[in-house]
Amino acid sequence: MNEAIQVKHLNVSYNGNQALQDVSFSFDKGKLIGIVGPNGAGKSTLMKAILGLVPKDGGHISMNQQTIKEVQTSIAYVPQRNHIDWDFPILVKDTVLLGTYPHLGLFKRPGKKEKKLAVECLEKVGMQDFKNRQISELSGGQQQRVFLARALAQQADFFFLDEPFVGIDAGSEEVIMKILSDLKAEGKTIFVVHHDLSKIESYFDDVIMVNKKLYGAGPVQQVFHSDAVKQCFHIQSPAAEGLGVSI
Amino acid sequence: MEFIQDLMDYGFLQKAFVTSVMVGIICGVIGSFIVLRGMALMGDALSHAVLPGVAISYMLGISYFYGAVFTGVLTALGIGIISQNSRVKNDSSIGIVFSAMLALGIILITTAQSATDLTQILFGNVLAVRSTDMTITLIVGAVILLAVFLFYKELLISSFDETMAAAYGLKVRLIHYGLMVLLTLVTVASIQTVGVILVVSMLITPASAAYLLTNRLSIMILLAALFGAASSVVGIYFSFLYDLPSGPVIVLATTAWFVLVFLFSPKHGVVWKWLQTNKRQAATK
Repeated sequence: MNEAIQVKHLNVSYNGNQALQDVSFSFDKGKLIGIVGPNGAGKSTLMKAILGLVPKDGGHISMNQQTIKEVQTSIAYVPQRNHIDWDFPILVKDTVLLGTYPHLGLFKRPGKKEKKLAVECLEKVGMQDFKNRQISELSGGQQQRVFLARALAQQADFFFLDEPFVGIDAGSEEVIMKILSDLKAEGKTIFVVHHDLSKIESYFDDVIMVNKKLYGAGPVQQVFHSDAVKQCFHIQSPAAEGLGVSI
Repeated sequence: MEFIQDLMDYGFLQKAFVTSVMVGIICGVIGSFIVLRGMALMGDALSHAVLPGVAISYMLGISYFYGAVFTGVLTALGIGIISQNSRVKNDSSIGIVFSAMLALGIILITTAQSATDLTQILFGNVLAVRSTDMTITLIVGAVILLAVFLFYKELLISSFDETMAAAYGLKVRLIHYGLMVLLTLVTVASIQTVGVILVVSMLITPASAAYLLTNRLSIMILLAALFGAASSVVGIYFSFLYDLPSGPVIVLATTAWFVLVFLFSPKHGVVWKWLQTNKRQAATK
């Protein structure tokens, strides 16, 4: 009973439609976990349910043996890039500073300590030279790195990244993967919603395959085999090879 | 400057001046958040929804302030309930609720009062501001500025990234309704200056002009407040000088600022963009 995260019999529905059905899994800390499944399979819903952002019909979620409410401030979230208003009047450095907000009390403003932390996090993702830019003046990969820096500034135990590798350059992808594996080494638990099946084996230790129901959760070598992938993606047999899944 | 002499001499002009400058400031501040959250239509809705509240207050013989806040909050809740519990989209929910409230307000006011009062509420008459109205406006203004100052951090993050705010445990829905209360207060304070029909322009136009000038929220708020206050001053001046209705003149002053910024803003001005495109085309020829 030392799991970093435990999900039992999770059921979620949207406007009467069942989005997730009886999903159960558990993971130890220090894991980098990919969440995969076809479009509309409920990957983001699963993430939002764990974050406590969508109401669940049933089931139980615990993190570090506590409820979500108790660990909320130590959960960092990196949204999908197309969910952000890039024209918002905010600079790169102030975006990263938002990561320190969860640990500041009501009425308390970020001070010197927080600003220093924000700059350090920007340096980790190699974006310190862009700190006075407005966030729309960056490339997709740079934007993603800034939001990762914001998550780092939160000094969280759990990280949730929603499709971080969509539409970004190879260099940024490398920087992000390097930071994620550093976090893993520090004993953090990281979830990444991901749709590119070809990279699952090289990027992740563990994988959650979901398409309304759970099609497997555990170490990549054990769970991520062609039969399970076919079932999860509802693929009629030979087509699976086209996805670049090594069998 | 004859106007400054008149300002010294006439008490009604002083009250109009103080009240409308305060209204300009708070409209700019709250308007900045309304613009960034994409809630312009909501601002319009709430400003109209205070009408039945004003009428009911009048019937009960209490300050119109209480009734207006009550119906304003009721409207915000009603819109939220419809859009969250059905497939009706948010803008349609707003349209349904606010037109009903406006209709109800007009009926109540015409039965309770004379038609002149309705005109005053709809279009404002800042030169008729009484001392008590000025005091209410100043108190409401102070409350709004204090609230924004205290909750600036929460307003910023919930406007920019609501999902992150909710994920770390911020009560985003509470913040939304809190902002709706502030918006209703701004509307109530604006009734005398520009009236409920035109208050939306005081909320949106100065804030939008400010939005085109800066990349920082704090500066956007300051600029929006400045544009709002300046529009009030210019508006009152022309309204007094040429005997024009104050509300519409103030509104046109905000529009003038916006047009100037829209054309000549250093970063986003269309004139510079046009010149640059021309230059580039000339260079390639």
